[in-house]
Amino acid sequence: MALNRDFVGRTYPPSAPYEVSRLKIREFAAAIGDNNPLYRDREAAQAAGYPDVIAPPTFPIVFSLQSGGEALVDPGLGLNLAMVVHGEQRFEYVRPVHAGDELVMTSTITDIRTAGQNEVMTVMSEVRTVAGEPVCVTYNTIVERGGAG
Amino acid sequence: MTATVRYDEVEVGQELPAADYSVRRVNLVMYAGASGDFNQIHWNERFARMVGLPDVIAHGMFTMAQAGRYVTDWAGDPGAVVDFGVRFSSMVVVPDDDLGATISVSGVVEEKLEDKRVVIGLTARSGEAKVLSKARAVIQLS
Repeated sequence: MALNRDFVGRTYPPSAPYEVSRLKIREFAAAIGDNNPLYRDREAAQAAGYPDVIAPPTFPIVFSLQSGGEALVDPGLGLNLAMVVHGEQRFEYVRPVHAGDELVMTSTITDIRTAGQNEVMTVMSEVRTVAGEPVCVTYNTIVERGGAG
Repeated sequence: MTATVRYDEVEVGQELPAADYSVRRVNLVMYAGASGDFNQIHWNERFARMVGLPDVIAHGMFTMAQAGRYVTDWAGDPGAVVDFGVRFSSMVVVPDDDLGATISVSGVVEEKLEDKRVVIGLTARSGEAKVLSKARAVIQLS
C-alpha cells in the first residue's frame, strides 16, 4: 500500500529530554567494537578538550527518532513495519555528543516517494540541548519493500 | 578536538589503508540492545526468511558504524567528523556460524574543502556486495 503523502511536512513536537550517559556510550561503543578511549575514558576525553566522554558519530540513532517515531506506527501513514529496511542515513554535526548532554529532538517528515516497487520516506531530526544549543541534524531514510507494488 | 591528520599532509586521490571488520550474530544481538533496534530481521532467522530475506542481516547502522570507526581511527578524533552520510545499497547477510560475515572498508580523499576540511569517500563491501554507496564523511583536519 502506498504511504499517505499527507504526512509530508508534518513536524512532531520535541521529545522529552534524552540524557546521554557514560554507560550508554560505553555500551554502544562495545556493541560496534570500537575501543577508542575518547568513548570510555573521561580523562582522555578531557585531555582532548571535551567536557566528558564523547559518543561515536552514529550514536544519535539511539535517540533521534524519539520525536516523530509515533508517525511510523500511525495507521494513517500505512507503513508495514515488517517490510521496512534502512535506506539512507546522514548526520550533520555542529559538535560531538558527549556524556552529560540533555538533548531534545524535533522531527519532520521531509519526503515520501516511490522508487520502483518500494516506498521511501525521509525523516529529519534536529537535535538540540535543553538550553537550545544545536548539536546535530539527522536524516533517516527508510524503505518499505514492496510498498508501492 | 584535534584530528591527528594535518590538512597540509593529505592530497586529493590519496588512499586510506583498508580495514576488515568481522560481524557475527553476537555482534548483532549486542547492537540491538545498545541501539534499541530490536527488528527481528537482525536476530531471528525464521522471521527474516518469512519476510523474504535470505537469512538474518546486519543492522544498516552497524555497517555504518564500522565505516565511522574506520574514518575516526584515521582522523584520530571522532569529534572531527562534521558530516557523515551513507546509502545502504546491499544487505550484510550474517550466517549463524563462528565466522559470520566480514565488512571491508576503504577510503579515499575525494576533495579538499576550505577551513581545513576534507571529503573522504568510503567503500564498504561484504563478499562481492557493495553494502554502502554514496558513503562520504567530511572531516575537520588540523
